[in-house]
Amino acid sequence: MGTSSQEADLHRLMRGSLSGDSGSHRELLKLLSGYLRAYFRRKLTHTGRSVADAEDLVQETLIAIHIHRNAYDLSRPLVPWVYSIARYKLIDFLRRTKALAKDIPIDEVEGLTAHDDRAEVESAFELDTLLERLPTKMRRAIQFVKLKGLSVREAAERCGMSESAIKVSVHRGLRQLSLLVKQEIGS
Amino acid sequence: MKTDSLIEMLSTNVEPVRRGEIWRSLALALVLGLVAAFGVMLVTIGGRPKLIAPQSLFSVALKTVFALTVIVSSGVALIRLAKPEGERMRLAPYLLPMLLALLLGGLIGLGLVVSSSRAAAVIGTQTWTCITCIPLFALLPFLALIFALRRAAPTDLRRTGAIAGLLAGGVGAVVYAFHCPDDSVLFVTVWYGSALAFCTLIGALLGPRFLRW
Repeated sequence: MGTSSQEADLHRLMRGSLSGDSGSHRELLKLLSGYLRAYFRRKLTHTGRSVADAEDLVQETLIAIHIHRNAYDLSRPLVPWVYSIARYKLIDFLRRTKALAKDIPIDEVEGLTAHDDRAEVESAFELDTLLERLPTKMRRAIQFVKLKGLSVREAAERCGMSESAIKVSVHRGLRQLSLLVKQEIGS
Repeated sequence: MKTDSLIEMLSTNVEPVRRGEIWRSLALALVLGLVAAFGVMLVTIGGRPKLIAPQSLFSVALKTVFALTVIVSSGVALIRLAKPEGERMRLAPYLLPMLLALLLGGLIGLGLVVSSSRAAAVIGTQTWTCITCIPLFALLPFLALIFALRRAAPTDLRRTGAIAGLLAGGVGAVVYAFHCPDDSVLFVTVWYGSALAFCTLIGALLGPRFLRW
C-alpha cells in the first residue's frame, strides 16, 4: 500500500470522525491500531524493551488520539500527526520507565506497516477496574453513553443531569481514564 | 482489556469536534491573563504619573509595540507548538522579529545617547522593579496559558513551555510599560530583554513538568 493512498484513506476517515461519524471513527481507530502496534513493537525492540508493553502503549495512544483529535487540523497530513503522538507516548513511557529520549530519533515519515496479531491484542489492565476509580458522575456518564450506547439525551434523563453536563462528564472521564491507564502502564 | 473493546467504547456516540478549539482557548487565556496582570499592576505599583502626557504616551506606545512584537510572534508559534507536529517546527523564524527589534533598539539607543551618559541610560531609576515586576506580572498569564495548553497536545514540552513563558513575559512587559518611568531605549532593550529571557527560561524549566499528558 502506497503512503499517499494510506494518507488519503486515513484523512477521509478522520474527516468523518471529526464531524461526529461513529463508523468512520471506529474504522480509523482500527486501522491506526494496526500501525501503532507495528510501530511500538519495532521501537520497543530497538530500545531493548519487552514487546509485551506494546499493546498497553497502543491503547494509551488510541485514547490520546481520541481525546486530542481537536488538535488535528484537516488541512495538514494525518500520518505525521499520528506519528508525533505515538512518538510522544513512547518517549513518555520510556522516561517513566527510565530510558533516554535520544535513543528514538524523530522519524522520517515512512510508509506505514500494520501488525494485526489477533492473539496478542490485549492490554495489561481492565477497563472495569479503571472505571471504578473515576468519580461517580464521570463513571456513569461513560457507562451509559460509551459502553451501553445510550444517547446523550437518554443518559441525561437517567442521571438527572443536563445533556451538556453528560458530554462534559464523558470528556473529562476519558481524560481521567487516560491518566489512569498511564499510571497503570508506568508501574 | 482487548483493544477492539476499547475502540468500540471510544467510537460509541462520537461527538463532532468544534474547529479551532485550541486557538480559541489560547486566545482566551491570553486575554484573561492580560486583564488579570493589568489589575495586579494597578493595585500594586500603579500606573506611571502623568500617563496621558504626550511624552509618557509616546514612551508607553513604543514599549507596547515592542512587547506586541513578542506577543504576536510567540503567540503564533505557540499555536503550532500546542499541536503534536509542533515538534517538527523551526522556531527561529518566529523569534527573529523580536531579536531584530532588540538589536535595532540597542543600536538606536546607543546612537541616541552620548557615550558619557550611556551608563545612566542603561541603569535607569527603577531597574530592580522592572526585572522583578515583568516576571511577576507574567505569572497569571503563564498559569492561564498552561491551563489552556493542558487541553491541547504539545509534544515538545520544553519548547512549548519556553514559548509560553516568553508569551506570558510579553504580557508582563506590556503591563509593566504602563508603570515604567524609564524611557531610554537602552533601558528597555537591556532590562525588558533580560526579564523576557528569564521568563522564557522559567517556562522551559516548568514546561516538561506541567504539560505532560
